[in-house]
Amino acid sequence: MSKVAIIGVGQSSFVRGYAGSIRELAFEAYAEAMSDAGLTNDQIGATVVCSAPEYDKQRSPAGVIVEHLGLNPQPTFYTESLCCSSTTGLKLAYSLVQSGLHDSVMVIGFQKMSEITSAESQERMGRGADIQWESPFGTMMPAYYAMFAQGYLDQYGASEEDLALIRVKAATYGQLNERAVYRKPVDLAQCLAADPVASPLKLMDCCANADGSSCIIVASEEKAKQWGVAQPVWIRGLGSASAPVNLALRESFSSFAAATEAGRQAYAMAGIGPKDIDVAEVHDCFTIAEMLAYEDLGFAPRGGGPELIRAKETYKEGSIPVNVDGGLLSKGHPIGATGGSQLRTIVLQLRGQAGDIQVKDPEFGLVHNMGGVGIYGNVVILGR
Amino acid sequence: MSGSKKPEADRRFAKFGTVSFTATTKVNDFIGYLEEGQVCGTKCVTCGSVFFPPRAQCYKCRDKARIEWFQVQGSGKLATYSELKYAPTGFGEDLPYAIAVLDMGGYKLFGRIGDVPLDQVRVGMELTPVAHELPGGQINYVFNRC
Repeated sequence: MSKVAIIGVGQSSFVRGYAGSIRELAFEAYAEAMSDAGLTNDQIGATVVCSAPEYDKQRSPAGVIVEHLGLNPQPTFYTESLCCSSTTGLKLAYSLVQSGLHDSVMVIGFQKMSEITSAESQERMGRGADIQWESPFGTMMPAYYAMFAQGYLDQYGASEEDLALIRVKAATYGQLNERAVYRKPVDLAQCLAADPVASPLKLMDCCANADGSSCIIVASEEKAKQWGVAQPVWIRGLGSASAPVNLALRESFSSFAAATEAGRQAYAMAGIGPKDIDVAEVHDCFTIAEMLAYEDLGFAPRGGGPELIRAKETYKEGSIPVNVDGGLLSKGHPIGATGGSQLRTIVLQLRGQAGDIQVKDPEFGLVHNMGGVGIYGNVVILGR
Repeated sequence: MSGSKKPEADRRFAKFGTVSFTATTKVNDFIGYLEEGQVCGTKCVTCGSVFFPPRAQCYKCRDKARIEWFQVQGSGKLATYSELKYAPTGFGEDLPYAIAVLDMGGYKLFGRIGDVPLDQVRVGMELTPVAHELPGGQINYVFNRC
């Protein structure tokens, strides 16, 4: 099977209130990715636009975005899988290129969450769960993740402090990321003293809503060579899985089956294992989500996540650096743009272009991007 | 011409919970049972599958399915929970409250903690699901002490 490369990456700053429209927001990531790849629009065969539509007044946003980017008459496809929409978009783009239908595909993720209030946004996000059987009880995303935090702490005797250590790490690197929403230092005492949101999670355990966009350009091996791409990053493994939406139908409250399965698929396709990963971006919408990812991806055995963070093994100098761009906890989480931002970080790492957060000579990087409360799981393995 | 009158839609599910996001479903009898004080699931007699939340359709048996209601009885073990300090739009009046999953053995229920003081809730405790009337004619079920 021929290979598919990522040949361009771009990302807007992630901010609390973007002073522009969604098409203008998408443009920022597009422009950076096109310059990065050194392409012109006629070299883009198709676009995949990724977001969660309930934040926009615009119906079918792909249309106005590709119009604004000058990408007519190429076809455009819209994908949505909640918070992992843009890694789902990557899988679609990979398939379009691998099938031979298109030589190159652009994946644009975006979200402008600031036009509604935080309570409205919680209500909409809560409706990303089971609206018939769960939402009438008054659910919201932090409370769902909190149920996994409670389940995890009980199962393994871990502490709220273990979760807080993940936020401290995120803040260490968030300070270095000019495109992150949250750039202040955070210490352990601050995390533990923060206002409760949904027990056992507190304010510092939660990422912030944000406005942002991301753009990833993929191409066939042939085109990457023909266009003289200096440092193509290859898509080595792709895994995707789903789990029941309703928590009543889940087996475990201390792991995400969809992440475990997506990881298994991605490792199998790449022909490598967790020990071969040199740098990872995991979906830390809440501190507990990063803890579960350590174990679901095999970076630690079940129950071994707390030891990994206590020993700082997931710091830049550790055995498996995770979210050294500050993660969602620092960057903020503009739903549709998040997966693309994670992919961009790993691409820059593999090219040796990650600046202050560059890990030493990575060969393989991994992206773990989840939709909803472990409903959808995407794992992507990239390599040089 | 007598003019056939459009049959009135069964919108009972609009009564479920503080705010319902669904009005019409093929399992609207769930609300009827709740109003009689019963929390009910369904089972497919053809294959033996048990459904909670209840379903009127069975993906294993499709057109051969025979769906019947059963009453959720006895107690279960609290699998996990969370106490909310903030609520989504429409639920602010309910604070503070806790959402939870109760493991009944063969199936689980997603719902709310009932009469247990929130500082005494513990994973593993035995609780019983019961129908619970809410203001404004709404109804749900909660997990109470046995």
